[in-house]
Amino acid sequence: MAAPTNSDVALSEQLPGAGGGPVTPKRGMPKINLRASGIYIAFALIVVLFAITTDGALLQPQNISNVIIQNSYILILAIGMILIIIAGHIDLSVGSVVAATGAIAAVLMVDHGWSWPLAILATLVVGGIIGAWHGYWVAYFGIPAFIVTLAGMLLFRAITMTILGNQGVGPFPEEVRTLANGFTEGYLGNVGLGPLGGADLFSIIVGGLVVIGWAVTQWRARVGRLGYGQQVEPMWLFLTKIVIAGAVVMGLIIQLARFKNLPWVLVLLAVLVLAYSVMTSKATFGRHIYAVGGNLQAATLSGVKVKSVVFWLFVNMGVLSAVAGIILAGRLNLAGPTAGNAFELDAIAAAFIGGAAVQGGVGKVIGAITGGLIMGVINNGMSLAGEPPERTMLVKGAVLLIAVAFDVWTKRRAGVAGR
Amino acid sequence: MTDDILRMRGITMEFPGVKALSDVNLTVRRGEIHAICGENGAGKSTLMKVLSGVYPHGTYSGEIEVDGEPGHFSGIRDSEHRGIVIIHQELALCAQLSIAENIFLGNERATRGMIDWNKTNHDADNLLKRVGLREKATTTVADIGVGKQQLVEIAKALSKSVRLLILDEPTAALNDRDSEHLLDLLRGLRDEGITCVIISHKLNEVISIADRISILRDGKMIRTLDPANDEITEDVIIAGMVGRDLEHRFPPHEPKIGEEVLRIENWTVHSPIQPDRAVVSNASLTLRAGEIVGLAGLMGAGRTELAMSVFGRSYGVGISGQVYKNGKEIRTRTVQEAIRHGIAYATEDRKRYGLNLIDDIKRNVSAAALTKLASRGFVNDNEENKVAESYRKSMNIKAPTVASITGKLSGGNQQKVVLAKWIFTDPDVLILDEPTRGIDVGAKYEIYTIINQLADQGKAVLVISSELPELLGLCDRIYALSAGRITGEVPREEATQERLMQFMTKGQG
Ligand SMILES: Nc1ncnc2c1ncn2[C@@H]1O[C@H](COP(=O)(O)OP(=O)(O)OP(=O)(O)O)[C@@H](O)[C@H]1O
Ligand SMILES: [Mg+2]
Repeated sequence: MAAPTNSDVALSEQLPGAGGGPVTPKRGMPKINLRASGIYIAFALIVVLFAITTDGALLQPQNISNVIIQNSYILILAIGMILIIIAGHIDLSVGSVVAATGAIAAVLMVDHGWSWPLAILATLVVGGIIGAWHGYWVAYFGIPAFIVTLAGMLLFRAITMTILGNQGVGPFPEEVRTLANGFTEGYLGNVGLGPLGGADLFSIIVGGLVVIGWAVTQWRARVGRLGYGQQVEPMWLFLTKIVIAGAVVMGLIIQLARFKNLPWVLVLLAVLVLAYSVMTSKATFGRHIYAVGGNLQAATLSGVKVKSVVFWLFVNMGVLSAVAGIILAGRLNLAGPTAGNAFELDAIAAAFIGGAAVQGGVGKVIGAITGGLIMGVINNGMSLAGEPPERTMLVKGAVLLIAVAFDVWTKRRAGVAGR
Repeated sequence: MTDDILRMRGITMEFPGVKALSDVNLTVRRGEIHAICGENGAGKSTLMKVLSGVYPHGTYSGEIEVDGEPGHFSGIRDSEHRGIVIIHQELALCAQLSIAENIFLGNERATRGMIDWNKTNHDADNLLKRVGLREKATTTVADIGVGKQQLVEIAKALSKSVRLLILDEPTAALNDRDSEHLLDLLRGLRDEGITCVIISHKLNEVISIADRISILRDGKMIRTLDPANDEITEDVIIAGMVGRDLEHRFPPHEPKIGEEVLRIENWTVHSPIQPDRAVVSNASLTLRAGEIVGLAGLMGAGRTELAMSVFGRSYGVGISGQVYKNGKEIRTRTVQEAIRHGIAYATEDRKRYGLNLIDDIKRNVSAAALTKLASRGFVNDNEENKVAESYRKSMNIKAPTVASITGKLSGGNQQKVVLAKWIFTDPDVLILDEPTRGIDVGAKYEIYTIINQLADQGKAVLVISSELPELLGLCDRIYALSAGRITGEVPREEATQERLMQFMTKGQG
């Protein structure tokens, strides 16, 4: 019973004369979606800007390595935070949880002499239990996350100080320090890269495999979509994207290989980002996170176990906080009572710069990572240029505001605001 | 001053990928009730949003003249200043505020910045009397049903000095009696000199109330019907709306009724706000395979409450009673359990309970049955796309692609997405709460066809509707609910409006 006028309004505008005929995938010049890609363009611009103002010091092998290691724990926290924000909640306690888990790890390894794998496992479990504590109050008891985690922020800082007194505990075993601060070994020796000097062959091979693996996945996804008769981007754009992304990753790897091989935290981060990106975009659990944040009641009535979703997100946040806590303590070789102070703010800022929405329902892991990197690069670039910390803070504040303002503006332009 | 209170000329409005209005002209005479008809997505709501400044001057092209003067509105405040008030298709009340607070929101009864609560509540009571709503002004809006909220919206509009009142599908959520009440209200307002523009899919009421009728199709103004020159019948309007004649309102259907599928016994539900008040008492009903059963009742009779409490106890407290599926008692304490037992409930309130408005069509369609598209916890989005695309085609959902955000669809098309979502769960029992609310005549026919097909596949369908003709035309058997009790059960052959109405009002004081 197809009424002729029920043909698709938009299609008949695009394809004159189409009276509800079959929809053929149209391959034209794709419009750049500013809202989706703005953050990545901004990141690229910021990198270029600081590369220029620091006379290239930003992109020196050692400095790249520093930026990654210095920001690793914020980036790990940002992964957990964006998920919680997508679900429409917030976690203010992560800084304190980082400190508490770092302290527990230190006490277990240093004071009680536990072996490091066992101590790390125990710390992760404790992180999960802390998250479950928050998750219980938020999901099952129904207290707003803002309140629960504000209380948690005080509570776990207090616990940290009780455990540590007012001095730090260290030093950590070699392996933990390596995880936080160290690099992969030169298993295969060096190769010469002409004017660039020697570089670690193993790092380069790993990088190459990652890029190839990624390109193959993209290609298979594309073939899959075509198999279903769906619209895909034109071949040239697809190839350009692959080549540019591949070049950037390889450039990064080569710089790192020229310094001291791959930082272990980079390997860890890469694995986490990949796993969580796949989870959010492909897994049913990931879909449920967006559904809960987008419309809680509709999600409930669709049979999503909304309480359990929120609960597990907090558990996850606790575990990731423990990971960050161990790495921070390992890097400083000390678990201190003030560790992780204000980390929650950096993690939240990273998520919002990366495109999360305050109301929930929107956001991507890779966006939060980019948001965190933007702040990391600003920190690093400005301190390289010898700017005082208050100015760095000023710039970071401005970036946060501008990023969110841009998001709101593009949304309004798309006509959503005029409800 | 001219005789025309409003002239809109050459209005064109484009959204990314959609031309919602193209070169639309509309003239409204002072003191008339002017109806606007058109299919879902024809651009009716958009035209009214342009008029009221929701889409500010500059976002569209074309001219608006109010009382012969240009109207360049940069927001609804501007248009309200000129006496234009719009009541949106989707109600815009603050659920946690009282009726009185909502009525005077942004327009508070205050002296020197301090709210005069006595005056607020007193004035609100008067306005409520005017619209015929028997609720206290201090009642929280969240505690009254969608239908009553509509009356609050109208009271709110009356509280402003309105000269041109725009109502976007005001009666969609009301039953016949309340609709009639509302229409009388509008006639009264017309006599007071207030001009009305009303959008409605209920053609009988359009004919009974409108002085003139404008018809939109695919963003274009087709014609304005004037009783002075034109014959006005439902068929003429429909022909204008869909561009052809529609012979039947209901598709012919031969029911093939089988075994009992669902039986509800002694179902009692209490109100979560007043736990000692029973909203549904001792209701028992049966649904059989292949059968379309109707549930009739006035506003507040407890139809939605009955359905939602069966569907995973989504509403109510102190619930008692039994549910049997294929003769065996089942537990439906959570929505997951209900879905697992093959029960689906498509809500009457699509924005609040039905859709994730910031997400796209395909993910909304798959939301209740994601596991069907997933293996080992991972969703196959190509398959998802294909499924959603097939529903977009078969249900004629007007959107450029299934990646369109549902929040931007027209009301009727959102409704179709909600239906698609529940049909995709492939349930044995499908409870449809006002399935055609806000849906145009052509699309209604399509939805009736779909309902018939579902019944023919052996599903049991329970249709809750405030439109008696719809129940009469569609259902094989109809239950009437009055004040929470099943007061009657009428087979198709014996069902008449009068008979149902008798049952629906039984035991009401
Ligand atoms: N903010 C928006 N962004 C993009 N497209 C939109 C937006 N608002 C409306 N549209 C599109 O414009 C067209 C007209 O929508 P409109 O809401 O005016 O329809 P309508 O005639 O009121 O339909 P209904 O009877 O279903 O309420 C539809 O195709 C709709 O998808
Ligand atoms: Mg509309």
